[in-house]
Amino acid sequence: MPEAARKIRLQCVINGRATTLEAYPMARLLDVLREQAGLTGTKEGCGEGECGACSIEMDGALVNSCLVPALQAEGAKIRTIEGVADGATLHAVQQAFLTHGGAQCGICTPGMILAAVNLLARNPQPSEAEIQEKLSGNLCRCTGYTKIFASVVEACREAGKRA
Amino acid sequence: MEEHIIGQSVPRKEGRDKVTGHARYVDDLKFPDMLHGVTVRGSVPRGRVRGIYFEGEIPWAEFTIVTAKDIPSKNCVALLIEDQPCLASEFVNHPEEPVVLLAHPDKYLLEEARRAVRIDIEPLPAIFTIDDSLAKNQIIWSEDNIFKTFRVEKGDVDSAWGKADFIVEGQYETGAQEQLYIEPQGMIARANAEEGVTVWGSLQCPYYVHKALVRLFGLPKERIRVVQTETGGGFGGKEEYPSMIACHAALLAWKSGKPVKIIYDRAEDMAATTKRHPSRTRHRTGVTRDGKLLAMEIDFTLDGGAYETLSPVVLSRGTIHAAGPYHCPNVRIRSRAVATNAPPHGAFRGFGAPQSVFALERHLDRLASAVGLAPEELRRRNFIREGQALAVSQVIHEKVDMGRLLDRALDLSGYYAKRKHFREENSQSAIKRGIGFAAFLHGAGFTGSGEEYLASEVALEATREGRVRVLAGSTEMGQGTNTIFAQIAAETLGLDYEQIEILQPDTAVVPNSGPTVASRTAMIVGKLVESAARAVQQALFQSGFLKQGYGTKDFANACRQYIDKFGTLQSLVKYEHPPDLHWDDENYRGDAYGAYAWAVYVAEVSVDTRTAEVRVEDFVAVQEVGKVINPVLAAGQIEGGVAQGIGFALYENVVWQEGRMVNGQMTNYIMPTSMDVPPIRVFFEEIPYARGPAGAKGIGELPLDGTAPAIANAIAHATGVDILRIPVTPESLLSLLESVHA
Repeated sequence: MPEAARKIRLQCVINGRATTLEAYPMARLLDVLREQAGLTGTKEGCGEGECGACSIEMDGALVNSCLVPALQAEGAKIRTIEGVADGATLHAVQQAFLTHGGAQCGICTPGMILAAVNLLARNPQPSEAEIQEKLSGNLCRCTGYTKIFASVVEACREAGKRA
Repeated sequence: MEEHIIGQSVPRKEGRDKVTGHARYVDDLKFPDMLHGVTVRGSVPRGRVRGIYFEGEIPWAEFTIVTAKDIPSKNCVALLIEDQPCLASEFVNHPEEPVVLLAHPDKYLLEEARRAVRIDIEPLPAIFTIDDSLAKNQIIWSEDNIFKTFRVEKGDVDSAWGKADFIVEGQYETGAQEQLYIEPQGMIARANAEEGVTVWGSLQCPYYVHKALVRLFGLPKERIRVVQTETGGGFGGKEEYPSMIACHAALLAWKSGKPVKIIYDRAEDMAATTKRHPSRTRHRTGVTRDGKLLAMEIDFTLDGGAYETLSPVVLSRGTIHAAGPYHCPNVRIRSRAVATNAPPHGAFRGFGAPQSVFALERHLDRLASAVGLAPEELRRRNFIREGQALAVSQVIHEKVDMGRLLDRALDLSGYYAKRKHFREENSQSAIKRGIGFAAFLHGAGFTGSGEEYLASEVALEATREGRVRVLAGSTEMGQGTNTIFAQIAAETLGLDYEQIEILQPDTAVVPNSGPTVASRTAMIVGKLVESAARAVQQALFQSGFLKQGYGTKDFANACRQYIDKFGTLQSLVKYEHPPDLHWDDENYRGDAYGAYAWAVYVAEVSVDTRTAEVRVEDFVAVQEVGKVINPVLAAGQIEGGVAQGIGFALYENVVWQEGRMVNGQMTNYIMPTSMDVPPIRVFFEEIPYARGPAGAKGIGELPLDGTAPAIANAIAHATGVDILRIPVTPESLLSLLESVHA
């Protein structure tokens, strides 16, 4: 049997929890997260890295999980949408999306929120132009982005108040 | 308790599940023993099926294989008529026609198997354009390739031409547009002789899917059940095609005895499912020297693709909206939807109107220039007023003031100053700036007697604890159905928003509230929610358990007492057509819609003449939509619609080859990203509509009508180029710019 056709065992940390996964090395991390880890909050919109619906954080970087082979998850720290809220307390970005209409149909929302959370972790006070640019890898067909920008601006304001 | 819950931007009902990733879409569901299903398609635009061969090193015995001969009852996807097969048997009529279905537990092996099925088709001559279809060189549908025609007549067009000082003609075209909801289509089915058929899926219209399954299986209605899962966008694209996928999944489930899940990947979704109809509109308009419209002759044609599906109703809406919010004494509109060997085109937000409104609003700018009037002045002289009649002879009784909407939109966008300023600046710059607008209307609800025919129902029930549940077949797909229904029920009953629950649309539980389309949910079904809530309240008053001026606790007490005494507390209401609305379907005259939303949109663009790239720099959307139920949701509808309209105008170019979309990926079919949208500034005027819930009208489709023509008019203003076709891609604009400078 060729190597690629044999499942491998992977150790990684998903949403703060040490996890062991068994997957074909070239399986899409998106599928492994959804099917094996049961984390269906990460969505597939296009399967070719264009829409960003499958965005997750891997070692602090925002990646399209449909383009990441499972073997790259070995030793990685992964955060999905399920790991963004602190228990029942929503992250400031989630709360802002809820209050300001940043989510409509909700299918791009997990990826969009991770993109926004990732941006704010690097740059707590981005300009509107920076928000617009940093979210441009995440497509939304419902909102026209306007309320998403407003949600991120509001999340920055709220986070600034708390800090 | 809120003083008024209507008019408040309460957070969306299912919002928390959506921002935490807990909302469950169809692909998030798993059933024990579930198989995956795929569709094998014909790949030839037109031909005769000679044979189906299962080749390659595939363990075919492990697969469930379904072809047309496995269909228990009628081989069709029932919609308006029954012309579209569920699985092609003898003939294929477009390149994405489904022929064979496969199911297997391993979706990777399934994909290999799909490629190993060979469908041998003897090609027949095919047609791909409106002209080819009208020329009838090949007859591919019925006797004449014509799905439907309409003729609207008002006044006497023929004798009006002689009085016109100017006659202006033009031909305008719009391309196909993919809905591009971010959640691809999908269904799960469980089906066997004991339980009947149940499907769960991403869909807009549960009872459309129900009807299709009843016809396909020949089972009694109560043995078919359709459940809507959280739906990741629809925009019309999940109005009809989900019936096809539900039928396929159910056939595989029926034959295998196991649950079957079919999820389209993006490529299959873009290739096979419906898109906005490509269109061609011809205008001939007679006008007096002072800019009064005398005669309008409009010829409107849609490319419907291979089967009739919804083309007659798309054509209807496009026809009725073709003459816009203007008063013209003499109007003739002739329209038709024609067959080509492409996958059927279908519903997409706006439903024919964005096509005909694009043509009209470009034409009026060109007409203004011929007469020597400013575009705004020409419109102002012809806007319809109360007591005047639209092209279909519908007399407007509602308060309408298009002039005021125009003034406000031009003022908010700085139109006059920019018009002047850009003219001065443009001559010295390679980047040309322009500003343009469109004025338009959009009818809410089904056309003519459509609502009467639908006879929608809504039920409401209260629990012993005083919680209230709304039972409606209307679906949430991001536009806010759950939230506004809860607001309407809470407002009517004087309860808190949190006390209202919206049940998941499930045909075993909720009544048929009609399809979630046609900007009808807030206005038509919302009104039924209001009536159903009032009926529950009346029942409590009449029982004596509840008194006027009650509080939340009194309501809960009354519910408990009522239910203890009578068993349940429920209401069921049915749509009643207003007796003063009359529609003559034969002559296409009368009250086409109960109410219209009215709007003026202004777009500012910059055009880089070196690269022919267009950017929308600013966008002002002013509309009168009746009472706004939830300002954040309503603005979100307009902003999202404007972004889709920007795509329609500039980026979204379906490239066809022999009836097949060849750029069916998000890599090469380009929709607006966050970098492509300008500030979209949304303003509402609210004139309450007496028959809408709390005065609301419909808004869902409105923004698609006016965005593209406003942008096209702005490009024409910036460059002097005559825009007659959208999308205005850099490639098409470059050749136009070159021809102007040549």
